[in-house]
Amino acid sequence: MAGKKKEWAKVVSQKQLAEGIYDLWLETDLASQAGPGQFVGLYPRDKSILLPRPISICEADRQLNRLRLVYRLAGQGTKEFSTYKPGEETALLGILGNGFPLEAGIGKKVFLIGGGIGIPPMLQLAKELQAKKQILLGYRNDQLFLRDELAAQGEVFVATEDGSAGTRGNVMDIISEEGLGAEIIYACGPLPMLKAIKVYAAEKGIPAYLSLEERMACGVGACLGCVCKTRETDHHSHVNNARICTDGPVFLAEDLEL
Amino acid sequence: MNTKVTIAGVEFKNPVMTASGTFGSGMEYGEFVDLNRLGAVVTKGVASYPWPGNPTPRVAECYGGMLNAIGLQNPGIDVFLERDLPFLKQFDTRVIVNVCGKTVEDYLEVVEKLGDTEVDMLEINVSCPNVKEGAIAFGQNTCALSEITAQIKKHARQPVIMKLSPNVTDIAEMARAAEAAGADALSLINTLTGMKIDIYKRQFALANKTGGLSGPAIKPVAVRMVYQVANAVKIPIIGMGGIGNAEDALEFMMAGATGVAVGAMNFVNPYATTQTIEGIEAFMEKEKIDSLTDIIGCVK
Repeated sequence: MAGKKKEWAKVVSQKQLAEGIYDLWLETDLASQAGPGQFVGLYPRDKSILLPRPISICEADRQLNRLRLVYRLAGQGTKEFSTYKPGEETALLGILGNGFPLEAGIGKKVFLIGGGIGIPPMLQLAKELQAKKQILLGYRNDQLFLRDELAAQGEVFVATEDGSAGTRGNVMDIISEEGLGAEIIYACGPLPMLKAIKVYAAEKGIPAYLSLEERMACGVGACLGCVCKTRETDHHSHVNNARICTDGPVFLAEDLEL
Repeated sequence: MNTKVTIAGVEFKNPVMTASGTFGSGMEYGEFVDLNRLGAVVTKGVASYPWPGNPTPRVAECYGGMLNAIGLQNPGIDVFLERDLPFLKQFDTRVIVNVCGKTVEDYLEVVEKLGDTEVDMLEINVSCPNVKEGAIAFGQNTCALSEITAQIKKHARQPVIMKLSPNVTDIAEMARAAEAAGADALSLINTLTGMKIDIYKRQFALANKTGGLSGPAIKPVAVRMVYQVANAVKIPIIGMGGIGNAEDALEFMMAGATGVAVGAMNFVNPYATTQTIEGIEAFMEKEKIDSLTDIIGCVK
C-alpha cells in the first residue's frame, strides 16, 4: 500500500443534497487506496485558515480515481469548499484512518447506523459489505439525503427528530419500534448516538464498530490533538488515549470509554 | 555551498529542524519526508513516566494560526528509549530530545537516562503553557530558570538547550539567566498563551480554556524575540514560531538564529521541512552565499 500523501485533486462535480449538506466528487489518485470508514483532510485555499478539514469518504470509485465527499457546512473551511466548481483544484491529504473492518461482518445480519453527517460513510460500507444489511438512518427532518442510494444497498429504516418521516425520535427508537436485531453493528454519528449504541451492544453481547469525530490538527498521528479515552492502555501512547486520526476513527465500542 | 551549522559543538548538515510536539518522534512524517534530509529531529516532550495529557478538544484554529492544549501527553522515557530512539537512529540526522517534567527530579531522571544514549542534544522544556505543574513554572522567573538550568547542566552528558517561553515581560533577561546558569544554547519561542470562545455554544473552544498559539500569526513576535535574545547572549539560538518555508527560516537566521525549526506548519504542509531546506539552498545559490553561517545575525 502506498503511503499517505498531500496532493492536488480536481473537482468533478458538486451539488447540494439538503440544507447545509453538500456532495463533492473529486478526481484523485488517492481514491485507489480508499476504503469505507476512512477519511481525507481537505485544505482550504484561504491561508488565514490553515488546517486540513477531516471529511469522511462517502464513496470511492477506484476505477475512475474519484472520491465522493458528502459534508456539512460547519464553518469557514466547509463554506469555502461549498463554492468549488468543476475543474477547480483543491489540496487533499490522505488516505487517513483505519476504516471499518469488513471481514467481521461478512455473511452476518448487520446494523449499519448513521446519524446526521455520520450517514455518508455508510454508503461505501454498504456497497462493500457482503451481509444482510439493515441500514438505520437518523435525520433531523425530512431532508433524507443519501436515503435512496442506501436503499439500493439494503433494507433502510429512517428516524427523524421532528417526526416528519419514518420513526419519530432517533435510530435507537427504530430498533425498538421495528423489533430489529443484529449480530454486529457499524455506526457513525453524534456522540450521544454512539454512547447509546455502545450500551445496546453491550446488553446484546454483540460487537459494535464506532467511527468517532474530534477536532484534528495534523491528521497523521503526530500532534496528539484528537485522542479518545480507551479502556486499556493504548499500545502507542502507553496511556489510556488512542489517536482518532490514526488508531481510529473506527474503534470497537467495548475498547472505548465514551 | 555549505549549509552546515554548529550549535554547542554539534554539527548539523543544515539548520532545519522540527519543533517539539509537532513531529512526534519522526515516524508519522517519515511517510512524507526523507528524515535523512533534516538537520535534526526534535522530539515531542518526554517525561520520566507516561503522561495522559489534557481532555479534548485539545486544538482549535484561529486566524493564521492554531491553539493547542495537548498537555504534553507522552509515553515516558522508557518507551522512548525502547521504541522511538532506535527508530530515529536509523536516519542520518541529529536527534534532540525535548525533556519535560513536573519537578526538577522528574527532569533529572530523564536527563540521566538519556546520558548513555546516542542522543545529540537535550532541549529542556521550561515553557509549555498547558500543564498545571512544571514546564512553564520553571520558565517565567529568572531564579527558577537559573536553578533548573544549573541542576540539569550538572547531570547532563549532552549539550543543553533551554527552550524559552515568550510569555514573559523580558525574554532577554530570561535568556541571560539561562546563559549564566550554564545553558549551551537556547531555543525560542514556545507558544504564546491564548484563548478562543465559541460564541454559539458560549464556551471555550479548548477543554483546557487556554492554549498555546502557534503558526504564522506568531512569526513577527518570534523574529523580534530571537533578535533581542541574540543581542543579549553569546550562546547560539534555535529559532521557531510560524516557520513554513525558506523565507521564514532565513528571516530567523538573519535575526540571529543558528538553527531553525518548523512547527505547526508541518500540519499545513507535511513537506514543509524538506521544502524549507531546498528553498534555503536555492536562496544561497541565487544570492551567492558560500556558507550559510555568513548570514546568521547579519541584520544588526
